[in-house]
Parts: sequence; C-alpha cells; structure tokens
Amino acid sequence: MTTLPASTNRKMGLVIDLDTCVGCHACVVSCKGWNTENYGAPLSDQDPYGADPTGTFLNRVHSYEVQPLATSAMPHPAAQLVHFPKSCLHCEDAPCVTVCPTGASYKRVEDGIVLVNETDCIGCGLCAWACPYGAREMDAAEGVMKKCTLCVDRIYNDNLPEEDRVPACVRTCPAGARHFGDLGDPDSDVSRLVADRGGMDLMPEQGTKPVNKYLPPRPRDTLDEVDILAPLLAPVAEEPKGFLGWLDRTLERL
Amino acid sequence: MHPAPSVIAFTTLSGAGFGLLFWLGLGLPDVTGWVAFAFFAVAYALAAGGLMASTFHLGHPERAWKAFSQWRSSWLSREGVASVAALVVMGVYGAGLVLFDTRLALLGGAGAALALATVFTTSMIYAQLRSVPRWQTPLTPALFLALSLAGGALLAGQITTAMALLLVAGLLQGMWWKRGDGAFAASGTDMATATGLGGIGQVRAFAPPHTGGNYLLREFVFVVGRKHAAKLRIIALALGFALPLVLLALPFSHAAAALAALSHLAGIAVSRWLFFAEAEHVVGLYYGAR
Repeated sequence: MTTLPASTNRKMGLVIDLDTCVGCHACVVSCKGWNTENYGAPLSDQDPYGADPTGTFLNRVHSYEVQPLATSAMPHPAAQLVHFPKSCLHCEDAPCVTVCPTGASYKRVEDGIVLVNETDCIGCGLCAWACPYGAREMDAAEGVMKKCTLCVDRIYNDNLPEEDRVPACVRTCPAGARHFGDLGDPDSDVSRLVADRGGMDLMPEQGTKPVNKYLPPRPRDTLDEVDILAPLLAPVAEEPKGFLGWLDRTLERL
Repeated sequence: MHPAPSVIAFTTLSGAGFGLLFWLGLGLPDVTGWVAFAFFAVAYALAAGGLMASTFHLGHPERAWKAFSQWRSSWLSREGVASVAALVVMGVYGAGLVLFDTRLALLGGAGAALALATVFTTSMIYAQLRSVPRWQTPLTPALFLALSLAGGALLAGQITTAMALLLVAGLLQGMWWKRGDGAFAASGTDMATATGLGGIGQVRAFAPPHTGGNYLLREFVFVVGRKHAAKLRIIALALGFALPLVLLALPFSHAAAALAALSHLAGIAVSRWLFFAEAEHVVGLYYGAR
C-alpha cells in the first residue's frame, strides 16, 4: 500500500558530514558495487566504454563552491569547496511513495526505509518526478525504478561480520564522513551528532521531512601568522658591525 | 521536464476525447443510430487511443493493470480507475443509443461526470508535484478541464458553447503561463536550501558528480527549445484558440468545423509540449541548471 505509515518504529538513516567529506567518490563506487551484485536488478551502464557513457547510480557526489560575503574584518574571504554526497533521504513524508500507482513503492513501518518492490514497478517514472532530490533513477536496461535501500541486505545480514552490517557507503568511507543509525532515538550516536553539530535538512520547504541529515561545514580557520617560515627568512643583520662594519664604511669612502 | 511524445499525445487526444464523451453523455448532440456510432467512434479513438499511447513510455507495460490498485493515495491510479469506469459506462450508454435508439439519461449523466473526473485526475498528477513549481497550482486542473470541455464541445458540434469555452480556456492558458513564469522563484527552493550551504555564502555548482549525462538530467533538466517558448506560445494561442474561433464565427460548414477541430488539437499539442518543456524540476538546482 502506497499510503505512508503514520509513524515508524525506528528512523534508520545516514548522517553525512560535509566538513569531513573529501570528495573521493569511494561511497559511489562501493554503492554501485554492492547494489549491482546483491538485492534487486543490477545497476546497469549504457555505452560504458564508448563516447557517451551513462549509468544508474544510487549515490552521487556533487561539489559546490561557496563564496562567503565580504566583511570589513575579512574583505577577501576565501571560497570554500564543499563535497556533497547525495542519495535517498528516506523522508518521513516521502512524496515518491504516495504517487506510486501500483504499490511498488513503500515505506517500512519497522525502520522507515523507503523501498521499491521491483516485481510490481511498471517504470512509469512518476516517483522520480515527485522526488525533489533526484534520489530515484530509472534503470535503462531493466525498466524499473532504482533507489538507495540503505543496504537493507547488509544491515540485518547475520552472515556478515558485525562491523560490516552498515550500508556499503558508510563502511567504505575513508574519511569517516558518513554515519549510520537510528535518527528516531534521541540518544543514538547519530542523533547526538546531529544535535552537537547543527545537522540540517535539505529543501525543508518541500515538506518531505528527510530522515538523513547533513552536518554543515565548519568555518575555515583564520591564522594570524600565515607563513610559518617567515621569521627564519628575515635578514640576520641589517647593518654590519665590528670589523666588517669598519671595512664597509672604509670601502664606501674610497 | 522531458517532453515525451507519448505523454503529449495522450494528454492532448484523451483530453479532447473525454471532453466529447462528456457532451455526448449529456445528450449534446442528441443523436442515435449510425450518427451516434460515428460520434462515439471518434470519442473512443481519441480517449482510448490516448490511454494506449500513455503506456508506451512505461518500462513494463505488461504490468500496467497493477496501476488500478492504489487509488487511495495515487492520482495516477485514480486516473486509471476513472478512465476505465468512464469508458465502460459510456460504452453501455453508447450501445443504447446506437443499437436500440434509447437514451439512458441517468447513465449518460454518470458517464459524463466520470469523463470529467478522468480529466481532473490527469491534471492532478501534475498539479500535486511540489517538485515542479510551475505545475503546482489549482490553475492546472482548471486549464485541463477548460481545454477538455472546449475541445469536446468543438468535436460535438456545439458551436456557441464551444466559442464561449474557447474564450475561457484561452484566458486560463494565459493566466497559467503568466503565473508559471514566476513560479520557480516564488517557490522558495533555490541553491541555498537545496544544499543547505546558503548560510555560508553564495553557492555555485563547481563539479557535477559525473562527466557524462544521467537519467535525472535527461528527464528533468530538459532545456532545449526554451528559447523559442515565446514564439511557440503565440502559435499555440493562434492555432488552439484564435483560428477555431474565427472558423466557428463563419457561416456553418462541416469543412470549417473539421478544420477548427484539427487546428485546436494542433494548438493544444503545442501548448502541451510547452507544458513539459518549460517545466523546471527543482532537482536541476543540484546540477546548477536553474
């Protein structure tokens, strides 16, 4: 049924630290790898070695340049480069779910994960139209809608070692910029992280109530002494003294 | 938004077809026998033909029947239910007219209501989407209903009604365009809210996720043809509304009426192309394309 549950027992989701992400795209690669080899239709590529390669991805990393406004204290502030991973936000009020005509899209009551039942999907694409974040992509080979499953086939998988029971993107992130947990529990690690760092929603005005949160980048440090070698490079003696001073003055007079 | 030809054909043709069914259901014109057969054949060709065209863009058309199940939440599902109900009810009503020279007025009224309900559900598929600010307005269902009623009246040969409705629909079309041009800016969604980085400063897309294209860019970040939007709007207004009004104002002839109907459909198809091609999806912001 594509009506949304009134509430979910847990709100499993991701917290993405924009201060820490280095933009390496390892999460993109591990996501594509895991989700091609496991649950559901593989994430296909079209013309992968040709002139115009495209493909299905559940996670993409954008990069934005943010130019702070000039102030009297900081007349020429440096622009900040922010790497910005984006995948399904598993919204509480997910517009993609309610538009589905077949019941293929649903939000789970037990953990809030938004999934697509691929055997019911007719590939009409309306859920991708309804999503403001571009989280859903139609697979061109399979003709069904693909989206982030929060690695539902990893996080409850008893066959995996316990440290691997997190989404592939979280497990692979070399910078520790991605965190996984229950955002419905105010005492969970991820909830405390969101509270401490001022975690934010994307496009809050769209009314989707995303579960995933983003931690804003911290302001860049401003150092008083920019060049730490400068003191060592100053001239040792401005004016020669002693014998060299006498020699210098004498030679000047000649 | 990508203007898929199948969806443009569907909304244009089935809109006119269900509009014609609405007037036939009310007994306008009050026809029976072979004449009724001809009217119903045109209406079903447009309405059902349009519905068939809409399945061409599905990834799995063989599962389309599953789309009747989610009418509680989905406007697309409601459209499927309403359209089949309208076609079945009007089929029984039409059979009475064609085969038995009997007009079942109550059934016709119900069929007319279902035909309008179908057009309304179609329009709500677009009007419900907050992600496309140009579409999210009560003017969208108003415009779709007015166009369907005007096109239907034109096909049903209701000259004075058609002329009045063409004027109303043309006015709504102008209002819809005027509102639509400022809708994205008025929506409150911009680079700052999309990235959440607006508090730091001006946000600019620096590098896209991939060097190649993708489904999102093909489907939602369609930009070709916008530069001709003003010319196409004039063409849509001229073919869809002005020319049919002139032709209807002339002394009646079947050739002029047929030309008016064809011109109207062509104009509406152009307007529907713009409906998609000009619609900006907010996901374009992530790609710096708005």
